[in-house]
Amino acid sequence: MEVRFPSDERPPGWKIAVLQYVIAASFVCLLVGYWRLQIGQHRQYMDLAERNRIRSLPIIAPRGRILDRDGRVLADNFPAFSVLLLRESASTLSPERVAGIARGLQLDPDELRHTLERTASLPRFQPVLLKQSATLEDLSFLESHLVEYPELYLIQVQQRLYPKHQMAAALLGYVGEVPEEMIAKADSNYKPGDVVGKFGVEGEYNQVLSGQDGMRRVVVNSRGQEVGILKTLDAHPGNDLRLTIDMDLQMAAEASLGERPGAVVALDPRTGEVLVMVSHPSFDPNDFAKRIDPKEWTQLMSDPMKPLMNKSIQAQLAPGSVFKIVMASAALETGTVKPDYTMQCAGSVTIYGHLYHDWVFEKHRGHGSVDVHKAIRESCDVYFYTMGKMLGIDKIDYFAKGLGLGARTGIDLPSEAPGLIPSPEWVQRLFKHKWYAGETISVAIGQGADLVTPLQLANTIGGIAMGGVFHRPHVAFQDQLRALGENPPDISPHDFPLSAETVEAVKSGMWAVVNEGGGTGGSARCPGIDISGKTGTAQVVSQALRDSAKSSEFKNTAWFVGYAPRDKPEIVVAALVIRGEESYVAAPIARDVIKAYFDKKLGPNKPGDKQMETQVRVLSQLQPAIPPAPPKSVSKQ
Amino acid sequence: MGRRFRTSDIDWFLLGLALAVAAIGVVEIYSTTLHSPLAGQYKKQIYWIVLSCILALIVSRIDYHMILEQTLWLYGGSVLLLGGLLVAGHSIAGTRRWLQFGPMSFQVSEIVKLIIILVVAAYFADRRIKAVTWGDLAKLGIVAGIPAVLVALEPDLGTALTFIPIVAAGVLFAGIRVQHIAVLCLVGILALPVGWHFLRPYQRERLMTFVHPTQNTQSSSYQVTQTKIAIGSGGFWGKGLGKGTQSRLGFIPVSHADSIFAAYAEEQGFVGTLLVLLLYFAMLLRLLDGAQMAPDRAGAFLLVGLAAVLFFQVVINTGMMIGVFPITGIPLPLMSQGGSSLLFTFLGLGLAMSVRARRYVN
Repeated sequence: MEVRFPSDERPPGWKIAVLQYVIAASFVCLLVGYWRLQIGQHRQYMDLAERNRIRSLPIIAPRGRILDRDGRVLADNFPAFSVLLLRESASTLSPERVAGIARGLQLDPDELRHTLERTASLPRFQPVLLKQSATLEDLSFLESHLVEYPELYLIQVQQRLYPKHQMAAALLGYVGEVPEEMIAKADSNYKPGDVVGKFGVEGEYNQVLSGQDGMRRVVVNSRGQEVGILKTLDAHPGNDLRLTIDMDLQMAAEASLGERPGAVVALDPRTGEVLVMVSHPSFDPNDFAKRIDPKEWTQLMSDPMKPLMNKSIQAQLAPGSVFKIVMASAALETGTVKPDYTMQCAGSVTIYGHLYHDWVFEKHRGHGSVDVHKAIRESCDVYFYTMGKMLGIDKIDYFAKGLGLGARTGIDLPSEAPGLIPSPEWVQRLFKHKWYAGETISVAIGQGADLVTPLQLANTIGGIAMGGVFHRPHVAFQDQLRALGENPPDISPHDFPLSAETVEAVKSGMWAVVNEGGGTGGSARCPGIDISGKTGTAQVVSQALRDSAKSSEFKNTAWFVGYAPRDKPEIVVAALVIRGEESYVAAPIARDVIKAYFDKKLGPNKPGDKQMETQVRVLSQLQPAIPPAPPKSVSKQ
Repeated sequence: MGRRFRTSDIDWFLLGLALAVAAIGVVEIYSTTLHSPLAGQYKKQIYWIVLSCILALIVSRIDYHMILEQTLWLYGGSVLLLGGLLVAGHSIAGTRRWLQFGPMSFQVSEIVKLIIILVVAAYFADRRIKAVTWGDLAKLGIVAGIPAVLVALEPDLGTALTFIPIVAAGVLFAGIRVQHIAVLCLVGILALPVGWHFLRPYQRERLMTFVHPTQNTQSSSYQVTQTKIAIGSGGFWGKGLGKGTQSRLGFIPVSHADSIFAAYAEEQGFVGTLLVLLLYFAMLLRLLDGAQMAPDRAGAFLLVGLAAVLFFQVVINTGMMIGVFPITGIPLPLMSQGGSSLLFTFLGLGLAMSVRARRYVN
């Protein structure tokens, strides 16, 4: 190509100048832009850069274990995975992303949206728990969508495990996501998704059992991989809690009660330590450790036998003839009758113009000549009708309450029921009518408005057998709680002194119940062990259960409260079989528990015991390896 | 022509500016690729700088008129090469823009930029007019359009776009009527939907991101969000060499290549930004100064074309880092890692020195 280069023309200077100005102006604009970012908005972008690279990840503190008195594990943990939503880098999630996450993690989209709304006001550095107990599918979803959903994070957690499933479930309680009203409390440092104990020991001693979550601040790269750690705040595991429960006895009681609805409570009357607490039907608290299936929940809630209720402390039922022990104590202690006072029982008696039958009346015979010993042994109604008339409601009320009925025992478990001992004031207040003297007669044999819990009965009978010394029942050891910086409830014994004669007369009667011919509790007899006790058959189901039970199922409540040995009681057991019909069905349960107690205590050459001791020692050596949680700021009342 | 070579013919000022920017680039490449699989890239960059610099000095000794006379051959050859690449070139990372020379690979499109500059300069060398005609515009459009389409098909839209400022600067410098500009703008606007149709999905997404920056933080606007965070967090003095978290932790994609200025601004702050922009500014003014003193129209058009394309690349690249322009694959001349871009820039500067060496000296 021929190109000619005439050199007779200078390029126009003004055009060059224009170009120069255009360039200068552009550069000024650029500099202004950079100035605004680098100086004007520096702080904001610095913040974003830090958030980009720094992630705060929680380290979930394992919850303390719950052990029985020998250190055997009742509630444990096992490693599981939870899916967290990290909100530091991500802006508000678009609806499509939320839907995508819900699909990937198989969550209910509405529930997920609700969770996100609920947690929207939290500081952004706090991750949100999206899913507990992630499944294998969840893990592979996260693995394959790392880049797509960098805000999802998998964290290892310790999930609650109840190795014995239904055993002592109502006592132990369960854990679950912290309820919103607890988060809302002013002094709460809970955040949504935290796990708390909700019921039973888990609920009562949540402060002891729950640890303090730690935090890890890590540097991550753009793919979300950790490339360094900035700061680690260690998690403090929760404290192990040793209960007074004896798993051997608990298992014996569970087995003995079997499938029947009811409850068994065993106490050491010398200390108030609860050795056994059974409530049937039970439930599996493991179902609650992960989010419980709504269907399962509805089923548990609608079951007329209320599996979630701890019947040992919440079932309020008429004590039936067991109440006669309170009556006998009151009659003797007030001097109303002497132990040798004898009366005739013809199978019925007319008081205040009303005919009262004895329970043996249907068999067309009476008890004949009856003193207090025989009256207790054979559970003679006529004798105690008469005592009721002679004592009057005020004295009965005074003694019943003094002996531990009609009020909560103060056990360290939530939702204990108070029971009820009727008094004229109570009737006046509630029913706005005067006390009918006839009502006293029903109360005297443990019917009428009397309501007790199995725990109360065990406490009362144990206390009477101890001569009027009542220890507040408890499931956690006081010295252990104090060592953990807790403020345990006062368990100093409460005295309601009874004279030696009274106690001797009543105890001799209770011994006869089990061990003498004609005793109503012969089925509790056990060779070699001095079991005493009292049977009871209550004709009315409790108000609470009546509401839900079908009328055809109004069977009698069977009670047996027994203790051993006769002179220095070490264990008192209250056995309740709801709809048990006859009291002799309850007596063997108490016997089995007491037998298990003495088998374990006295059993010669039992290798199991030795083994257990070693186990306890090993456990107590292991204990210090777990750093104790720092003292809690919120003290427990 | 046929003059003896003197050291004063070399534009030491221009060369010094270029080497300073290139050196800063090397340091930043070193910093941002340290401890990454790309560590060591800075050495490759140094080799390319040395090679390009030597070639630039050689070119500066050649009379640019001799080169302009070969424009037709160079143009024809480059179009054939681009076409051949599309047909037979093997694909690297989904594009066919690389020509392999033993261990070296090379982007043909970068050199085509230089050839377009030559074409425009040759076209206006003897065309002494007050304003270009529709015929001029059509001819230039076709001549620059053919390689531009071929490059865009590689696909390398960014480089294809750099042809526009070359032609535009030539036309403006030659003179154009306001009516023509208005018509061209109108046609451009009307062509937008057609152009949209030809864009690839990722290119559309980038454009959409540019229009609605906050729509999606995670994917398409991710890049510009992250470069802005890098630049803004750099502050006045910067985080210091090797301490840019955004670039080091991989939040800025291709922080050693197209996005090098973001990594640089993060580590060196506004002070560093100012320094580099001033260096570029000085270079551009020097080139325009050379155009002012060029012995003929051809030389002036050469320098204006080169200045235009460098200006375009600097402004678009640094502008897209702060979200002023949509993200396109346009490297920052002299700083971004990459031999082809360096070679183009230095060869261009060599030409500029050749023009300057033949300036009128009063």
